[in-house]
Amino acid sequence: MNTHRFTWSRFYAVVRKEFIQMRRDRMTFGMMIGVPLMQLILFGFAINTDPKHMPTAVLAADNSPFARSLVAAMRNSEYFDIRDDGPTTEAQARTALQRGTLQFVLTIPANFERDLLRGNRPALALEADASDPAAVGNAVGGIRELLATVWARDFSGPLAHLQPAPPPADLRVHRLFNPEGETAINIVPGLMGVILTLTLVMITALAITRETERGTMEHLLSSPVRPLEVMTGKIVPYIVVGYVQVCVVLLAARFVFNVPMVGSVPLLLALAPIFMACNLAVGVTVSTIARNQLQAVQMSVFFFLPSLLLSGFMFPFRGMPHWAQALGAILPLTHFLPIVRGILLKGNTLAEVAPHVWPMLLFLVAVLALGLRRYRQTLD
Amino acid sequence: MRSARGQAEAAIMNDVTTENAPVIDVRGVTKQFDGRIVVDHVDLRVERGEIYGFLGPNGSGKTTFIRMLCGLLTPDAGTGTCLGLDLLREQRAIRLQVGYMTQRFSLYTDLTVRENLDFVARLFALPQRRAAIDRTLEELGLTARQKQLAGTLSGGWKQRLALAACMLHAPRLLLLDEPTAGVDPQARRDFWERIHDLAGRGLTVLISTHYMDEAERCHRLAYLAYGHLLTQGTAAEIVKEAALETWEVDGPDLSQLAAQLRVLPGVTQVTAFGAGLHVSGTDPATLHRATAPYRRAPYRWTPTPSGMEDVFIHLMQQVPDNVT
Repeated sequence: MNTHRFTWSRFYAVVRKEFIQMRRDRMTFGMMIGVPLMQLILFGFAINTDPKHMPTAVLAADNSPFARSLVAAMRNSEYFDIRDDGPTTEAQARTALQRGTLQFVLTIPANFERDLLRGNRPALALEADASDPAAVGNAVGGIRELLATVWARDFSGPLAHLQPAPPPADLRVHRLFNPEGETAINIVPGLMGVILTLTLVMITALAITRETERGTMEHLLSSPVRPLEVMTGKIVPYIVVGYVQVCVVLLAARFVFNVPMVGSVPLLLALAPIFMACNLAVGVTVSTIARNQLQAVQMSVFFFLPSLLLSGFMFPFRGMPHWAQALGAILPLTHFLPIVRGILLKGNTLAEVAPHVWPMLLFLVAVLALGLRRYRQTLD
Repeated sequence: MRSARGQAEAAIMNDVTTENAPVIDVRGVTKQFDGRIVVDHVDLRVERGEIYGFLGPNGSGKTTFIRMLCGLLTPDAGTGTCLGLDLLREQRAIRLQVGYMTQRFSLYTDLTVRENLDFVARLFALPQRRAAIDRTLEELGLTARQKQLAGTLSGGWKQRLALAACMLHAPRLLLLDEPTAGVDPQARRDFWERIHDLAGRGLTVLISTHYMDEAERCHRLAYLAYGHLLTQGTAAEIVKEAALETWEVDGPDLSQLAAQLRVLPGVTQVTAFGAGLHVSGTDPATLHRATAPYRRAPYRWTPTPSGMEDVFIHLMQQVPDNVT
């Protein structure tokens, strides 16, 4: 019997066993389908980097038609949800901002109409709860735009001289690939990578630690099975799981979030297993280091967080400082995101995404090597 | 079906003709964890076809020693062979010919009986897998339960399954680590009959246990305490070597008497035994002198042959506890 080299029969024995166990473990099975769906709903629907309908109060010391049309225009912009039962004094307004029940408070000063008509450019005060800058930026931009146009109808006839002069240069913003600026179009393809990272690392990390914890590792070690056979045998079944998750995300992207699919889906499906294998290798390696399942989960989170934060999924990659970019460039998710977004949204071909493929392969080889070194052939 | 059994028998026959060497022959085997010596220079020789009992209190190093024999742990010192293969350099080859039954159930609780055996058979790349599994299931009476999840089996059936799994590849040596812990008496008896049957076919069995009745079923015994091998031989040899004189005492308020006897010179142990007390000592003269005041009514003293349990408790008390 061949004991010193990789044999397919032993490898297949491990694969088979993993599939049977996967089928019996309803919780894990549910997690593999449930996590992608939950994340799709949370990130696709709930998380929005262009938030609207933010609670706003107006403290109007002037109740002129100009003030009223400004408030009406804000209402129409959808960024602001003007509360009629809002605070009536500045102190109350400040408290509401501190508590977070209001996002904005607009103060219209006394004699606003008079100053406006005299051309004195009265100052409107907009106080914002800027603890989350992303929640404020676009709304502030929106109100600036409003100020330029809201009184166009009022400043007619004898008041026409008050029409603001058009700006000397016209700024036109083109939003490529996502003309409506819909967050979901950017988020949903990226989610494919995040979901694969989270579930695959965690599930495989648990796979070997579970063997140690339940005592089955002792039996496995006393059999002739080789480390590489165990590791690859544990990885392959979960690549199948990964494909199921990819399909769930792609179907949801297409039919629920209307994400455009410009490029070749088969190309994406062909490249995805490299990324999956990277995460599975991390999981297996984690499990050779962790002493129990709890440690395995903690270490998975330890890998997952930088993947989430530094890969360009949450924040634009180019906006990060150089050290963070360098760190992020190691992570497979950083390279998978441009691949999946590039293929789906921009119609990238293999030639264009190739620069992102080899860093993933490098990562895979390095992590597998580490895992094989760490895999304990004895109980020492 | 024929051929798989034929192979196993051929291997045993082969064994007879080419090797009369002991199956286990190790010297000075030592293992320490974090500077704590768990197995301390143990020499052990086990002949082919022997049922060798391994006794000792919890934490005495039995499991560690067995794990070193099957290549799960590397000894820190020592030399020797297992099945004629070098203990330090040929661990993988040893694993192939050894059936190791772990102390804790180490098969997959979420696989059925048959799936577990199928997994093991594939790992050992057994020829005629299906037939080998059918035969093993039949032999251990597991056929009717083959579709049951291993996790739902009771203790006795789990033990049978574990034995089946370590027998499947027709090993030449069985290492059984407390196989009967938590198993009812009927299942234990069946188990021992099976072990004797296997040994009769030429299989060598090293088995660790806590039960004295089981110790008496072994051909030879070794007593391990705190990493030291204290004694070895047949049950009769061990009892004789200990040279322990034991008296059985009957009467009222024995627990009070036991407390008084324990502090006497020459009395090495006082143990409650059924309705009476066993009072033992290594020096008959001193024992006699010291216990003289108590040899009166209402107590009745009768000399009794020392049992294995008397001897082992005696051995255990002799060793300084160098573990703590």
